[in-house]
Amino acid sequence: MSELSELYQQVILDHNKKPRNFHRLENANHSAEGFNPLCGDHLNVYLHVEDDQVKDVSFEGSGCAISKASASMMTQAVKGKTKAEAEKLFNEFHRMATGQLNEETEPNDLGKLTIFAGVRDFPARVKCATLSWHTMHAALNEQQKVSTE
Amino acid sequence: MAAIVEELITIKPKPRDGWDVERIRKDFPVLRQTVNDKPLVYLDNAASSQVPMMVIERGAQYIEQEHSNIHRGVHYLSMKATTAYEGAREKVKRFINAREAKECIFVRGATEGINLVMHGYGRKFIGPGDEIVISAMEHHANIVPWQMLCEEKGAKLRVIPMNDAGELLMDEYDALLNEKTRFVAVAHVSNALGTINPVKEIIERAHKYGVPILIDGAQQAPHGTIDVQDLDCDFYTFSGHKMFAPTGSGVVYGKARLLEQMNPFQGGGDMIKSVTFEKTIYADLPNKFEAGTPAIASQIGLGAAIDYLNIIGREKAAAYEHELLRYATERLSAIEGVRIIGTAREKLSVLSFTIENVHPHDIGTILDQQGIAIRAGHHCAQPVMQRLKIPATARASFAFYNTKAEVDVLADAIEKVIEVFS
Repeated sequence: MSELSELYQQVILDHNKKPRNFHRLENANHSAEGFNPLCGDHLNVYLHVEDDQVKDVSFEGSGCAISKASASMMTQAVKGKTKAEAEKLFNEFHRMATGQLNEETEPNDLGKLTIFAGVRDFPARVKCATLSWHTMHAALNEQQKVSTE
Repeated sequence: MAAIVEELITIKPKPRDGWDVERIRKDFPVLRQTVNDKPLVYLDNAASSQVPMMVIERGAQYIEQEHSNIHRGVHYLSMKATTAYEGAREKVKRFINAREAKECIFVRGATEGINLVMHGYGRKFIGPGDEIVISAMEHHANIVPWQMLCEEKGAKLRVIPMNDAGELLMDEYDALLNEKTRFVAVAHVSNALGTINPVKEIIERAHKYGVPILIDGAQQAPHGTIDVQDLDCDFYTFSGHKMFAPTGSGVVYGKARLLEQMNPFQGGGDMIKSVTFEKTIYADLPNKFEAGTPAIASQIGLGAAIDYLNIIGREKAAAYEHELLRYATERLSAIEGVRIIGTAREKLSVLSFTIENVHPHDIGTILDQQGIAIRAGHHCAQPVMQRLKIPATARASFAFYNTKAEVDVLADAIEKVIEVFS
Protein backbone atom coordinates (compact mmCIF):
# COMPACT_ATOMS: atom_id res chain seq x y z
CA MET A 1 0.00 0.00 0.00
CA SER A 2 3.02 2.33 0.18
CA GLU A 3 2.99 2.96 -3.56
CA LEU A 4 -0.72 3.48 -3.43
CA SER A 5 -0.60 6.16 -0.80
CA GLU A 6 2.17 7.75 -2.83
CA LEU A 7 -0.12 8.01 -5.83
CA TYR A 8 -3.34 8.94 -4.10
CA GLN A 9 -1.98 11.58 -1.76
CA GLN A 10 -4.34 13.85 0.11
CA VAL A 11 -3.51 16.82 -2.15
CA ILE A 12 -4.51 14.84 -5.23
CA LEU A 13 -7.71 13.62 -3.61
CA ASP A 14 -8.50 17.19 -2.61
CA HIS A 15 -7.96 18.58 -6.12
CA ASN A 16 -10.07 15.75 -7.50
CA LYS A 17 -12.91 16.62 -5.19
CA LYS A 18 -12.59 20.39 -5.56
CA PRO A 19 -10.83 21.07 -8.85
CA ARG A 20 -9.51 24.66 -9.17
CA ASN A 21 -10.22 26.80 -12.24
CA PHE A 22 -12.77 24.23 -13.28
CA HIS A 23 -14.92 26.13 -15.71
CA ARG A 24 -15.01 27.51 -19.21
CA LEU A 25 -12.96 30.69 -19.69
CA GLU A 26 -15.07 33.41 -21.30
CA ASN A 27 -12.20 35.55 -22.59
CA ALA A 28 -9.99 32.67 -23.67
CA ASN A 29 -8.01 33.22 -26.87
CA HIS A 30 -6.39 29.79 -26.95
CA SER A 31 -8.00 26.45 -26.29
CA ALA A 32 -7.57 22.80 -27.08
CA GLU A 33 -9.39 19.58 -26.51
CA GLY A 34 -7.62 16.64 -24.93
CA PHE A 35 -8.87 13.11 -25.26
CA ASN A 36 -7.48 9.80 -24.12
CA PRO A 37 -9.22 7.20 -26.27
CA LEU A 38 -7.86 4.37 -24.14
CA CYS A 39 -9.71 5.37 -21.01
CA GLY A 40 -12.18 7.98 -22.20
CA ASP A 41 -10.72 10.89 -20.24
CA HIS A 42 -11.79 14.08 -21.96
CA LEU A 43 -11.01 17.69 -21.16
CA ASN A 44 -10.79 21.19 -22.60
CA VAL A 45 -8.10 23.64 -21.58
CA TYR A 46 -8.69 27.37 -22.01
CA LEU A 47 -5.98 30.04 -21.95
CA HIS A 48 -6.08 33.77 -22.00
CA VAL A 49 -2.67 34.84 -23.29
CA GLU A 50 -1.67 38.49 -23.50
CA ASP A 51 1.77 40.03 -24.10
CA ASP A 52 3.29 36.57 -24.09
CA GLN A 53 1.91 35.84 -20.62
CA VAL A 54 -0.72 33.36 -19.49
CA LYS A 55 -3.08 35.79 -17.82
CA ASP A 56 -5.71 33.18 -17.05
CA VAL A 57 -6.24 29.47 -17.51
CA SER A 58 -9.04 27.02 -16.84
CA PHE A 59 -10.27 23.58 -17.75
CA GLU A 60 -13.39 21.48 -17.88
CA GLY A 61 -14.13 17.86 -18.63
CA SER A 62 -14.31 14.45 -17.06
CA GLY A 63 -11.74 11.91 -16.06
CA CYS A 64 -10.18 9.98 -13.24
CA ALA A 65 -8.83 11.49 -10.03
CA ILE A 66 -5.28 11.62 -11.38
CA SER A 67 -6.22 13.45 -14.58
CA LYS A 68 -8.57 15.84 -12.82
CA ALA A 69 -6.14 16.70 -10.03
CA SER A 70 -3.30 17.07 -12.49
CA ALA A 71 -5.36 19.46 -14.64
CA SER A 72 -6.37 21.45 -11.59
CA MET A 73 -2.76 21.84 -10.42
CA MET A 74 -1.59 22.55 -13.96
CA THR A 75 -3.89 25.57 -14.13
CA GLN A 76 -2.49 26.87 -10.84
CA ALA A 77 1.07 26.29 -12.00
CA VAL A 78 0.93 28.04 -15.37
CA LYS A 79 -1.22 30.99 -14.36
CA GLY A 80 0.89 34.15 -14.62
CA LYS A 81 3.76 32.39 -16.37
CA THR A 82 5.23 33.49 -19.67
CA LYS A 83 4.67 31.16 -22.59
CA ALA A 84 8.30 30.04 -22.38
CA GLU A 85 7.99 29.32 -18.65
CA ALA A 86 4.78 27.35 -19.20
CA GLU A 87 6.45 25.34 -21.95
CA LYS A 88 9.43 24.64 -19.70
CA LEU A 89 7.09 23.38 -16.98
CA PHE A 90 5.27 21.18 -19.50
CA ASN A 91 8.59 19.72 -20.54
CA GLU A 92 9.75 19.07 -16.98
CA PHE A 93 6.40 17.61 -15.92
CA HIS A 94 6.32 15.30 -18.91
CA ARG A 95 9.88 14.12 -18.27
CA MET A 96 9.19 13.57 -14.59
CA ALA A 97 6.01 11.57 -15.22
CA THR A 98 7.73 9.36 -17.78
CA GLY A 99 10.77 8.78 -15.58
CA GLN A 100 13.24 10.85 -17.61
CA LEU A 101 13.76 13.49 -14.95
CA ASN A 102 14.67 12.86 -11.35
CA GLU A 103 12.99 15.75 -9.59
CA GLU A 104 15.15 15.26 -6.50
CA THR A 105 18.56 15.44 -8.15
CA GLU A 106 18.00 17.59 -11.25
CA PRO A 107 17.15 21.28 -11.06
CA ASN A 108 13.56 22.07 -11.99
CA ASP A 109 10.70 24.45 -11.32
CA LEU A 110 8.09 21.78 -10.62
CA GLY A 111 7.60 22.62 -6.94
CA LYS A 112 4.51 20.91 -5.58
CA LEU A 113 3.84 19.28 -8.97
CA THR A 114 6.41 16.67 -7.95
CA ILE A 115 3.51 15.06 -6.12
CA PHE A 116 2.76 13.38 -9.47
CA ALA A 117 6.20 11.74 -9.67
CA GLY A 118 4.60 8.54 -8.35
CA VAL A 119 2.69 7.90 -11.61
CA ARG A 120 5.87 6.68 -13.27
CA ASP A 121 5.46 3.49 -11.22
CA PHE A 122 2.04 3.07 -12.81
CA PRO A 123 2.66 2.96 -16.57
CA ALA A 124 -1.05 2.62 -17.27
CA ARG A 125 -1.69 5.93 -15.51
CA VAL A 126 1.06 8.18 -16.86
CA LYS A 127 -1.24 9.51 -19.59
CA CYS A 128 -3.85 10.43 -16.99
CA ALA A 129 -1.36 12.80 -15.34
CA THR A 130 0.03 14.25 -18.57
CA LEU A 131 -3.23 14.71 -20.53
CA SER A 132 -3.96 18.24 -19.30
CA TRP A 133 -0.35 19.28 -19.84
CA HIS A 134 -0.36 18.02 -23.42
CA THR A 135 -3.64 19.83 -23.96
CA MET A 136 -2.26 23.08 -22.50
CA HIS A 137 0.82 22.69 -24.70
CA ALA A 138 -1.36 22.19 -27.78
CA ALA A 139 -3.50 25.21 -26.90
CA LEU A 140 -0.42 27.40 -26.49
CA ASN A 141 1.16 26.32 -29.74
CA GLU A 142 -1.64 25.77 -32.15
CA GLN A 143 -3.12 29.10 -31.22
CA GLN A 144 -6.59 27.66 -31.64
CA LYS A 145 -8.99 30.57 -31.30
CA VAL A 146 -12.02 29.84 -29.22
CA SER A 147 -15.32 30.44 -30.94
CA THR A 148 -17.32 32.99 -28.99
CA GLU A 149 -20.63 31.73 -30.31
CA MET B 1 -7.47 -40.15 -40.59
CA ALA B 2 -6.48 -42.96 -38.25
CA ALA B 3 -3.98 -40.66 -36.60
CA ILE B 4 -6.64 -38.02 -35.95
CA VAL B 5 -8.90 -40.53 -34.27
CA GLU B 6 -5.99 -41.63 -32.11
CA GLU B 7 -5.41 -38.04 -31.03
CA LEU B 8 -9.06 -37.76 -30.08
CA ILE B 9 -9.31 -40.81 -27.91
CA THR B 10 -6.13 -40.28 -25.92
CA ILE B 11 -8.02 -38.03 -23.53
CA LYS B 12 -11.34 -39.41 -22.47
CA PRO B 13 -13.62 -36.99 -20.66
CA LYS B 14 -13.84 -38.06 -17.03
CA PRO B 15 -16.20 -35.66 -15.29
CA ARG B 16 -15.06 -34.94 -11.74
CA ASP B 17 -17.47 -35.25 -8.86
CA GLY B 18 -18.70 -32.06 -7.21
CA TRP B 19 -16.84 -28.80 -7.68
CA ASP B 20 -13.51 -28.84 -5.92
CA VAL B 21 -12.36 -25.33 -6.75
CA GLU B 22 -9.07 -25.71 -4.89
CA ARG B 23 -8.22 -28.72 -7.01
CA ILE B 24 -9.20 -26.83 -10.16
CA ARG B 25 -6.98 -23.89 -9.15
CA LYS B 26 -3.97 -26.20 -9.01
CA ASP B 27 -4.36 -26.69 -12.76
CA PHE B 28 -3.61 -22.99 -13.37
CA PRO B 29 0.02 -22.08 -12.60
CA VAL B 30 -0.55 -18.34 -13.11
CA LEU B 31 -2.89 -18.24 -10.13
CA ARG B 32 -0.11 -19.29 -7.75
CA GLN B 33 1.53 -15.87 -7.58
CA THR B 34 1.38 -12.75 -5.50
CA VAL B 35 0.89 -9.27 -6.92
CA ASN B 36 1.98 -6.33 -4.81
CA ASP B 37 2.58 -8.81 -1.98
CA LYS B 38 -1.03 -10.00 -2.11
CA PRO B 39 -2.32 -13.28 -3.55
CA LEU B 40 -3.42 -12.64 -7.14
CA VAL B 41 -7.18 -12.35 -7.46
CA TYR B 42 -7.78 -12.62 -11.18
CA LEU B 43 -11.15 -11.17 -12.14
CA ASP B 44 -10.49 -10.08 -15.71
CA ASN B 45 -11.56 -13.30 -17.38
CA ALA B 46 -13.81 -11.59 -19.92
CA ALA B 47 -10.71 -9.90 -21.35
CA SER B 48 -8.51 -12.99 -21.25
CA SER B 49 -8.79 -16.12 -19.17
CA GLN B 50 -5.94 -18.19 -17.74
CA VAL B 51 -4.42 -21.30 -19.24
CA PRO B 52 -4.40 -24.69 -17.46
CA MET B 53 -1.24 -26.81 -17.33
CA MET B 54 -2.74 -29.38 -19.65
CA VAL B 55 -3.03 -26.77 -22.40
CA ILE B 56 0.43 -25.34 -21.74
CA GLU B 57 1.91 -28.84 -21.94
CA ARG B 58 0.15 -29.63 -25.20
CA GLY B 59 1.45 -26.41 -26.81
CA ALA B 60 4.93 -27.13 -25.44
CA GLN B 61 4.80 -30.68 -26.77
CA TYR B 62 4.24 -29.33 -30.28
CA ILE B 63 7.17 -26.93 -29.92
CA GLU B 64 9.46 -29.49 -28.33
CA GLN B 65 8.61 -32.55 -30.40
CA GLU B 66 6.46 -31.72 -33.42
CA HIS B 67 7.44 -28.21 -34.49
CA SER B 68 7.15 -28.00 -38.26
CA ASN B 69 4.74 -26.69 -40.85
CA ILE B 70 1.41 -28.33 -41.53
CA HIS B 71 -0.34 -29.67 -44.64
CA ARG B 72 2.69 -29.66 -46.89
CA GLY B 73 5.46 -31.81 -45.48
CA VAL B 74 5.81 -35.47 -46.31
CA HIS B 75 8.13 -35.90 -43.37
CA TYR B 76 7.36 -37.30 -39.94
CA LEU B 77 7.19 -34.04 -37.95
CA SER B 78 4.94 -32.32 -40.45
CA MET B 79 2.55 -35.25 -40.37
CA LYS B 80 2.52 -35.20 -36.56
CA ALA B 81 1.85 -31.45 -36.54
CA THR B 82 -0.87 -31.74 -39.20
CA THR B 83 -2.55 -34.52 -37.25
CA ALA B 84 -2.53 -32.46 -34.06
CA TYR B 85 -3.79 -29.33 -35.84
CA GLU B 86 -6.59 -31.12 -37.65
CA GLY B 87 -7.33 -33.03 -34.45
CA ALA B 88 -7.95 -29.68 -32.77
CA ARG B 89 -10.40 -28.83 -35.55
CA GLU B 90 -12.29 -32.07 -34.87
CA LYS B 91 -12.50 -31.10 -31.21
CA VAL B 92 -13.89 -27.69 -32.16
CA LYS B 93 -16.44 -29.36 -34.40
CA ARG B 94 -17.71 -31.43 -31.48
CA PHE B 95 -17.49 -28.47 -29.09
CA ILE B 96 -19.96 -26.44 -31.15
CA ASN B 97 -21.75 -29.42 -32.76
CA ALA B 98 -20.94 -28.41 -36.32
CA ARG B 99 -21.95 -30.82 -39.07
CA GLU B 100 -18.44 -31.01 -40.47
CA ALA B 101 -14.98 -30.04 -39.28
CA LYS B 102 -14.37 -28.11 -42.51
CA GLU B 103 -16.99 -25.60 -41.37
CA CYS B 104 -14.69 -24.60 -38.50
CA ILE B 105 -12.14 -22.08 -39.77
CA PHE B 106 -9.20 -21.30 -37.52
CA VAL B 107 -8.65 -17.59 -37.00
CA ARG B 108 -6.62 -15.39 -34.66
CA GLY B 109 -9.67 -14.65 -32.52
CA ALA B 110 -13.28 -13.48 -32.77
CA THR B 111 -12.20 -10.13 -34.23
CA GLU B 112 -10.55 -11.87 -37.15
CA GLY B 113 -13.54 -14.19 -37.44
CA ILE B 114 -15.91 -11.25 -37.90
CA ASN B 115 -13.54 -9.56 -40.34
CA LEU B 116 -13.33 -12.79 -42.33
CA VAL B 117 -17.10 -12.88 -42.71
CA MET B 118 -17.25 -9.17 -43.49
CA HIS B 119 -14.67 -9.52 -46.28
CA GLY B 120 -15.69 -12.93 -47.55
CA TYR B 121 -19.46 -12.60 -47.39
CA GLY B 122 -20.19 -8.91 -46.87
CA ARG B 123 -18.04 -7.49 -49.63
CA LYS B 124 -19.40 -10.01 -52.09
CA PHE B 125 -23.08 -9.95 -51.29
CA ILE B 126 -23.88 -6.55 -49.75
CA GLY B 127 -24.43 -3.49 -51.90
CA PRO B 128 -25.76 0.08 -51.98
CA GLY B 129 -28.97 0.64 -50.02
CA ASP B 130 -28.71 -2.71 -48.24
CA GLU B 131 -29.05 -2.80 -44.47
CA ILE B 132 -26.98 -4.54 -41.81
CA VAL B 133 -28.48 -5.01 -38.34
CA ILE B 134 -26.32 -5.13 -35.22
CA SER B 135 -27.21 -4.51 -31.56
CA ALA B 136 -26.66 -1.72 -29.07
CA MET B 137 -24.41 -3.90 -26.92
CA GLU B 138 -21.85 -5.01 -29.47
CA HIS B 139 -18.11 -5.04 -28.86
CA HIS B 140 -16.27 -2.71 -31.24
CA ALA B 141 -15.17 -5.88 -33.08
CA ASN B 142 -18.78 -6.42 -34.15
CA ILE B 143 -19.40 -2.76 -35.03
CA VAL B 144 -16.36 -1.40 -36.84
CA PRO B 145 -16.03 -4.08 -39.57
CA TRP B 146 -19.69 -3.57 -40.51
CA GLN B 147 -19.27 0.20 -40.47
CA MET B 148 -16.30 -0.16 -42.81
CA LEU B 149 -18.42 -2.33 -45.11
CA CYS B 150 -21.30 0.17 -45.04
CA GLU B 151 -18.92 2.98 -45.94
CA GLU B 152 -17.41 1.02 -48.79
CA LYS B 153 -20.69 -0.23 -50.24
CA GLY B 154 -23.10 2.57 -49.40
CA ALA B 155 -25.04 0.23 -47.14
CA LYS B 156 -26.74 1.27 -43.91
CA LEU B 157 -26.07 0.13 -40.34
CA ARG B 158 -29.18 -0.36 -38.18
CA VAL B 159 -28.97 -0.92 -34.42
CA ILE B 160 -31.31 -2.94 -32.18
CA PRO B 161 -31.77 -0.75 -29.08
CA MET B 162 -31.66 -1.98 -25.49
CA ASN B 163 -33.37 -1.01 -22.24
CA ASP B 164 -31.66 0.41 -19.13
CA ALA B 165 -31.12 -3.07 -17.73
CA GLY B 166 -29.16 -4.01 -20.83
CA GLU B 167 -31.72 -6.19 -22.61
CA LEU B 168 -32.37 -5.98 -26.34
CA LEU B 169 -35.79 -4.68 -27.36
CA MET B 170 -37.06 -7.52 -29.49
CA ASP B 171 -40.05 -5.58 -30.85
CA GLU B 172 -37.65 -2.94 -32.12
CA TYR B 173 -35.61 -5.70 -33.73
CA ASP B 174 -38.71 -6.88 -35.57
CA ALA B 175 -39.31 -3.34 -36.75
CA LEU B 176 -35.76 -3.09 -38.13
CA LEU B 177 -35.99 -6.22 -40.25
CA ASN B 178 -37.25 -5.65 -43.78
CA GLU B 179 -36.63 -6.63 -47.39
CA LYS B 180 -33.50 -4.43 -47.47
CA THR B 181 -31.87 -6.31 -44.56
CA ARG B 182 -28.96 -8.33 -45.87
CA PHE B 183 -27.11 -9.34 -42.70
CA VAL B 184 -27.49 -9.52 -38.92
CA ALA B 185 -24.58 -9.65 -36.44
CA VAL B 186 -25.27 -9.94 -32.70
CA ALA B 187 -23.35 -10.92 -29.57
CA HIS B 188 -24.38 -14.08 -27.77
CA VAL B 189 -23.31 -12.51 -24.46
CA SER B 190 -22.43 -8.84 -23.88
CA ASN B 191 -18.83 -8.39 -22.75
CA ALA B 192 -19.61 -5.09 -20.99
CA LEU B 193 -22.86 -6.05 -19.26
CA GLY B 194 -22.99 -9.84 -19.15
CA THR B 195 -26.42 -9.98 -20.80
CA ILE B 196 -27.23 -13.30 -22.44
CA ASN B 197 -29.14 -12.45 -25.59
CA PRO B 198 -31.99 -14.66 -26.84
CA VAL B 199 -29.93 -15.61 -29.88
CA LYS B 200 -32.10 -18.50 -30.99
CA GLU B 201 -35.06 -16.17 -31.26
CA ILE B 202 -32.91 -13.50 -32.95
CA ILE B 203 -31.67 -16.03 -35.51
CA GLU B 204 -35.18 -17.33 -36.23
CA ARG B 205 -36.50 -13.87 -36.92
CA ALA B 206 -33.60 -13.03 -39.26
CA HIS B 207 -34.24 -16.26 -41.15
CA LYS B 208 -37.88 -15.31 -41.67
CA TYR B 209 -36.45 -12.64 -43.97
CA GLY B 210 -33.93 -15.06 -45.43
CA VAL B 211 -31.13 -13.05 -43.83
CA PRO B 212 -27.90 -14.74 -42.71
CA ILE B 213 -26.73 -14.04 -39.18
CA LEU B 214 -23.41 -14.06 -37.35
CA ILE B 215 -23.23 -14.65 -33.60
CA ASP B 216 -20.24 -13.24 -31.71
CA GLY B 217 -19.75 -15.96 -29.10
CA ALA B 218 -16.55 -14.65 -27.52
CA GLN B 219 -18.17 -14.47 -24.07
CA GLN B 220 -20.36 -17.53 -24.41
CA ALA B 221 -17.71 -20.05 -25.44
CA PRO B 222 -15.83 -20.07 -22.08
CA HIS B 223 -18.97 -20.34 -19.96
CA GLY B 224 -21.74 -22.16 -21.73
CA THR B 225 -22.62 -24.67 -24.38
CA ILE B 226 -22.86 -23.93 -28.09
CA ASP B 227 -24.85 -25.94 -30.59
CA VAL B 228 -24.63 -24.27 -33.97
CA GLN B 229 -27.05 -26.77 -35.54
CA ASP B 230 -29.68 -26.19 -32.89
CA LEU B 231 -29.19 -22.43 -33.09
CA ASP B 232 -29.16 -22.66 -36.89
CA CYS B 233 -26.85 -19.63 -37.02
CA ASP B 234 -25.02 -19.04 -40.28
CA PHE B 235 -21.77 -17.91 -38.64
CA TYR B 236 -20.47 -18.24 -35.08
CA THR B 237 -17.13 -16.97 -33.83
CA PHE B 238 -15.09 -17.05 -30.62
CA SER B 239 -11.57 -16.50 -29.30
CA GLY B 240 -9.34 -19.13 -27.74
CA HIS B 241 -7.65 -16.81 -25.27
CA LYS B 242 -10.97 -16.13 -23.52
CA MET B 243 -11.58 -19.86 -23.11
CA PHE B 244 -8.39 -21.08 -21.42
CA ALA B 245 -6.29 -21.39 -24.59
CA PRO B 246 -3.35 -19.24 -25.74
CA THR B 247 -3.72 -15.95 -27.62
CA GLY B 248 -3.77 -16.23 -31.38
CA SER B 249 -6.29 -19.07 -31.41
CA GLY B 250 -9.92 -18.84 -32.37
CA VAL B 251 -12.64 -20.11 -34.64
CA VAL B 252 -15.21 -18.85 -37.05
CA TYR B 253 -17.84 -21.40 -37.92
CA GLY B 254 -19.83 -20.98 -41.10
CA LYS B 255 -22.36 -23.15 -42.89
CA ALA B 256 -20.46 -24.94 -45.63
CA ARG B 257 -22.91 -23.71 -48.28
CA LEU B 258 -22.14 -20.08 -47.40
CA LEU B 259 -18.40 -20.53 -46.91
CA GLU B 260 -18.19 -22.09 -50.36
CA GLN B 261 -19.90 -19.10 -51.97
CA MET B 262 -17.70 -16.58 -50.19
CA ASN B 263 -14.55 -14.85 -51.35
CA PRO B 264 -11.35 -15.90 -49.58
CA PHE B 265 -10.20 -13.63 -46.76
CA GLN B 266 -6.46 -13.52 -47.38
CA GLY B 267 -4.50 -14.84 -50.30
CA GLY B 268 -1.33 -16.87 -49.98
CA GLY B 269 0.05 -20.29 -49.40
CA ASP B 270 -2.11 -23.20 -48.24
CA MET B 271 -5.34 -21.63 -49.55
CA ILE B 272 -4.87 -22.69 -53.18
CA LYS B 273 -5.26 -25.74 -55.37
CA SER B 274 -3.16 -24.37 -58.18
CA VAL B 275 -1.50 -21.10 -59.07
CA THR B 276 -0.43 -19.80 -62.46
CA PHE B 277 0.15 -16.16 -63.33
CA GLU B 278 -3.11 -16.27 -65.27
CA LYS B 279 -5.37 -17.89 -62.71
CA THR B 280 -5.49 -19.30 -59.21
CA ILE B 281 -7.90 -21.99 -58.11
CA TYR B 282 -8.71 -21.77 -54.43
CA ALA B 283 -8.49 -24.68 -52.05
CA ASP B 284 -11.56 -26.39 -50.61
CA LEU B 285 -12.82 -25.66 -47.10
CA PRO B 286 -11.37 -25.00 -44.61
CA ASN B 287 -8.00 -24.25 -46.26
CA LYS B 288 -9.54 -21.62 -48.56
CA PHE B 289 -9.75 -19.36 -45.51
CA GLU B 290 -6.44 -20.23 -43.88
CA ALA B 291 -3.74 -18.55 -45.93
CA GLY B 292 -0.22 -18.76 -44.61
CA THR B 293 1.11 -20.63 -41.61
CA PRO B 294 -1.41 -20.38 -38.77
CA ALA B 295 -0.79 -20.18 -35.00
CA ILE B 296 -0.29 -23.94 -34.86
CA ALA B 297 0.75 -24.22 -31.19
CA SER B 298 -2.13 -21.95 -30.13
CA GLN B 299 -4.78 -23.80 -32.12
CA ILE B 300 -3.55 -27.17 -30.83
CA GLY B 301 -3.78 -25.51 -27.41
CA LEU B 302 -7.39 -24.58 -28.14
CA GLY B 303 -8.10 -28.23 -28.81
CA ALA B 304 -6.52 -29.10 -25.46
CA ALA B 305 -8.60 -26.40 -23.74
CA ILE B 306 -11.73 -28.04 -25.13
CA ASP B 307 -10.50 -31.37 -23.72
CA TYR B 308 -9.95 -29.67 -20.38
CA LEU B 309 -13.47 -28.20 -20.35
CA ASN B 310 -14.90 -31.62 -21.16
CA ILE B 311 -12.91 -33.22 -18.34
CA ILE B 312 -14.01 -30.74 -15.68
CA GLY B 313 -17.56 -30.67 -17.05
CA ARG B 314 -18.85 -27.60 -18.84
CA GLU B 315 -22.28 -27.66 -17.29
CA LYS B 316 -20.94 -28.04 -13.78
CA ALA B 317 -18.49 -25.22 -14.37
CA ALA B 318 -21.31 -23.02 -15.67
CA ALA B 319 -23.47 -23.78 -12.63
CA TYR B 320 -20.60 -22.91 -10.29
CA GLU B 321 -19.94 -19.63 -12.16
CA HIS B 322 -23.62 -18.79 -12.02
CA GLU B 323 -23.59 -19.11 -8.23
CA LEU B 324 -20.40 -17.05 -8.04
CA LEU B 325 -21.99 -14.24 -10.07
CA ARG B 326 -25.09 -14.35 -7.89
CA TYR B 327 -22.96 -14.10 -4.75
CA ALA B 328 -20.81 -11.27 -6.13
CA THR B 329 -23.89 -9.34 -7.25
CA GLU B 330 -25.36 -9.71 -3.76
CA ARG B 331 -22.12 -8.64 -2.03
CA LEU B 332 -21.47 -5.60 -4.23
CA SER B 333 -25.09 -4.46 -4.32
CA ALA B 334 -25.02 -4.26 -0.53
CA ILE B 335 -22.20 -1.68 -0.55
CA GLU B 336 -23.48 1.89 -0.38
CA GLY B 337 -22.39 3.93 -3.38
CA VAL B 338 -21.91 0.91 -5.66
CA ARG B 339 -24.16 0.68 -8.68
CA ILE B 340 -24.38 -2.50 -10.75
CA ILE B 341 -24.38 -1.75 -14.49
CA GLY B 342 -26.25 -4.36 -16.46
CA THR B 343 -29.14 -5.95 -14.62
CA ALA B 344 -30.59 -8.18 -17.31
CA ARG B 345 -32.55 -11.20 -16.10
CA GLU B 346 -30.27 -13.55 -18.01
CA LYS B 347 -26.63 -12.83 -17.22
CA LEU B 348 -23.32 -14.64 -17.33
CA SER B 349 -19.96 -14.18 -15.63
CA VAL B 350 -19.68 -10.37 -15.97
CA LEU B 351 -20.28 -7.86 -13.17
CA SER B 352 -19.91 -4.25 -14.28
CA PHE B 353 -20.21 -1.57 -11.65
CA THR B 354 -19.52 2.04 -10.79
CA ILE B 355 -18.76 3.72 -7.47
CA GLU B 356 -20.29 7.10 -6.79
CA ASN B 357 -17.75 9.91 -7.32
CA VAL B 358 -14.89 7.53 -8.11
CA HIS B 359 -13.66 7.07 -11.66
CA PRO B 360 -13.33 3.40 -12.71
CA HIS B 361 -9.62 3.87 -13.51
CA ASP B 362 -8.94 4.91 -9.95
CA ILE B 363 -10.88 1.84 -8.80
CA GLY B 364 -8.76 -0.32 -11.11
CA THR B 365 -5.46 1.08 -9.81
CA ILE B 366 -6.41 0.79 -6.15
CA LEU B 367 -7.67 -2.77 -6.59
CA ASP B 368 -4.50 -3.67 -8.48
CA GLN B 369 -2.49 -2.51 -5.50
CA GLN B 370 -4.30 -5.19 -3.55
CA GLY B 371 -3.56 -7.88 -6.08
CA ILE B 372 -7.00 -7.75 -7.69
CA ALA B 373 -7.11 -7.67 -11.49
CA ILE B 374 -10.28 -6.15 -12.92
CA ARG B 375 -10.92 -4.19 -16.10
CA ALA B 376 -11.73 -0.48 -15.98
CA GLY B 377 -12.87 1.49 -18.99
CA HIS B 378 -15.35 1.26 -21.82
CA HIS B 379 -14.60 -2.44 -22.52
CA CYS B 380 -14.39 -1.78 -26.27
CA ALA B 381 -18.09 -1.01 -26.15
CA GLN B 382 -18.25 2.78 -26.19
CA PRO B 383 -21.83 2.85 -27.54
CA VAL B 384 -22.94 0.88 -24.46
CA MET B 385 -21.39 3.57 -22.23
CA GLN B 386 -23.02 6.32 -24.30
CA ARG B 387 -26.41 4.59 -24.09
CA LEU B 388 -26.16 4.29 -20.30
CA LYS B 389 -24.69 7.82 -20.01
CA ILE B 390 -21.60 6.76 -18.09
CA PRO B 391 -17.97 7.33 -19.12
CA ALA B 392 -16.76 3.89 -18.09
CA THR B 393 -17.32 1.04 -15.66
CA ALA B 394 -15.23 -1.21 -13.51
CA ARG B 395 -15.77 -4.83 -14.49
CA ALA B 396 -15.15 -7.98 -12.52
CA SER B 397 -15.55 -11.10 -14.64
CA PHE B 398 -15.42 -14.61 -13.29
CA ALA B 399 -14.27 -18.06 -14.28
CA PHE B 400 -14.79 -21.44 -12.63
CA TYR B 401 -11.44 -21.13 -10.79
CA ASN B 402 -12.52 -18.04 -8.86
CA THR B 403 -13.80 -18.43 -5.32
CA LYS B 404 -16.31 -16.83 -3.01
CA ALA B 405 -13.35 -15.85 -0.81
CA GLU B 406 -12.00 -13.85 -3.75
CA VAL B 407 -15.36 -12.13 -4.11
CA ASP B 408 -15.05 -11.19 -0.42
CA VAL B 409 -11.55 -9.76 -1.07
CA LEU B 410 -13.05 -7.72 -3.92
CA ALA B 411 -15.91 -6.43 -1.78
CA ASP B 412 -13.53 -5.44 1.04
CA ALA B 413 -11.23 -3.67 -1.42
CA ILE B 414 -14.15 -1.74 -2.89
CA GLU B 415 -15.00 -0.55 0.60
CA LYS B 416 -11.39 0.60 0.92
CA VAL B 417 -11.70 2.56 -2.35
CA ILE B 418 -14.77 4.31 -1.02
CA GLU B 419 -12.87 5.10 2.19
CA VAL B 420 -9.90 6.61 0.29
CA PHE B 421 -12.20 8.83 -1.74
CA SER B 422 -14.61 9.81 1.03
